[in-house]
Amino acid sequence: MKATDTHGAIEAVFRIEQAKLIAGLTRVVRDVGIAEELAQDALVAALEQWPKSGMPDKPGAWLMAAAKHRAIDLFRRNKIADRKHAELGYELELEQETPPDLDEALDDHVGDDLLRLIFISCHPILSPEARAALTLRLLGGLTSEEIARAFLVPEPTIQQRIVRAKRSLSESRVPFEVPRGEELVARLSSVLSVIYLIFNEGYSATAGDDWMRPQLCGEALRLGRILAELARDEPEVHGLVALMEIQASRFETRTSPSGEPILLLDQNRARWDQLLIRRGLAALERAEVLARNSGHGSGPYALQAAIAACHARARTAEETDWARIVGLYGALGEITPSPIVELNRAVALAMVFGPAAGLEIVDALTAEPALKTYHLLPSVRGDLLRKLGRLGEARAEFERAAGLTRNERERKLLLDRAAACVD
Amino acid sequence: MRFMMLMIPKGYEKATPGTVPDAKAVEAMMKYNEALQKAGVLLALDGLHPPSMGARVSFPGRKPKVTDGPFAEAKEVIGGYWMIEVKSKEEAIEWARRCPASENEVIEIRQVQEMSDFPPDVQKAAEGFEEMQKRSRQGRK
Repeated sequence: MKATDTHGAIEAVFRIEQAKLIAGLTRVVRDVGIAEELAQDALVAALEQWPKSGMPDKPGAWLMAAAKHRAIDLFRRNKIADRKHAELGYELELEQETPPDLDEALDDHVGDDLLRLIFISCHPILSPEARAALTLRLLGGLTSEEIARAFLVPEPTIQQRIVRAKRSLSESRVPFEVPRGEELVARLSSVLSVIYLIFNEGYSATAGDDWMRPQLCGEALRLGRILAELARDEPEVHGLVALMEIQASRFETRTSPSGEPILLLDQNRARWDQLLIRRGLAALERAEVLARNSGHGSGPYALQAAIAACHARARTAEETDWARIVGLYGALGEITPSPIVELNRAVALAMVFGPAAGLEIVDALTAEPALKTYHLLPSVRGDLLRKLGRLGEARAEFERAAGLTRNERERKLLLDRAAACVD
Repeated sequence: MRFMMLMIPKGYEKATPGTVPDAKAVEAMMKYNEALQKAGVLLALDGLHPPSMGARVSFPGRKPKVTDGPFAEAKEVIGGYWMIEVKSKEEAIEWARRCPASENEVIEIRQVQEMSDFPPDVQKAAEGFEEMQKRSRQGRK
């Protein structure tokens, strides 16, 4: 596509402006569905007019004005019938009359609007899947088709999900304010979990998958970075960004060209993206300073990021600061107790004090009901037994693990490890 | 997709050591950089000291030869760069269009090569290091 292709250029402008546009319109019309439609109308207007009149100097402002004109139109024609909306129509007209804000004031406005939109899209009354789909649509600008391919579900499912989500939000009359105080903490947690869900969906993509899937990592990172600018004083936002940057740095090395998963300790560190690692470490530092200043310790995302940072800093697997990782898993286990965290702590502990020390913890975990079908438990146990020379038992554990995983490649890997346990 | 936006300021090839941009230009550029940051697309950026403070290494007959700046033959030199992560070349171009550049400046947009862009044999060559690491680790066990 040539650089001078107008249609492509206009679409690119829209992709840049879309979220801010929807956010600003949402503030005025108080309905994300209507806001999205108005934004689409503005795009149509741009596609019609810009090829003739040329690209406007301030395309964002142009699109907003076009959307607002359309909104006034709709209110006048009573397309959105309802007294409340008539009042809003009046508000809109008022807005149109006030002189345009100075660029800076506009910026603050935009920031608030965007933050509001993020919180709405990630509202806890919606299911996690609905939040993810709505966020990708309104903030990511992804089409239903793209979201469907990314999440491996049929397109009509996503369309339904988004329609229902919008309806839930308007029916429950969710207030369109940025939450404060204690409510902010809970709502922010919801936002972060949506972003991380999207990231993990992309990170788990394998070579054979639709190319749309790994793009989710980039999308999640972008949303996280945007949020880090909007909520600069929130340590866990920076913690999540740090975690994603560092994990993303390993994106190219996590599978072999033929698609086999490669364990972190076996990855080619020369191909870890140092740019992303540097960004991740900077974000982590910010998270830790903010957490310290707030008087609370680091939260779960910052702790997970700190663990990832230990790996990122080690030039070779042998140089890994396992003692530090043990401490970090311990801290993580205190704020988010989980047998999986404990299992990871056992692995790190074994690296410091030898396999027997790790096995002690893992043996205790075999009684955990939550881990009954978790393939990594027997996998870790098998590894520790192998290191202790108890090969027969190790083989049994690897075979057990292979039976528990649904992932074909993981299964093969585990069966290979079982076969390698010969006396 | 990653892109570099390379800033090419006309006249920078002749700039004396210690040349710095004026405060007003810097202020405008800072706002622009902030916009990139707020959009979540900025990965990295740097300004570069002028060629008069730099050097070039060429390889006549495959032997390295060092030349101190400034470089008489150079008509265009890079003043700085941004690296951004966007969904398309059109998006990169749109961002470049928004830069508060002066009449003397040109921004060149270049896509960054990523490992997956390379053919299988090059990827395999990069993979070889992994195998070596794995083997050396297994030997130690």
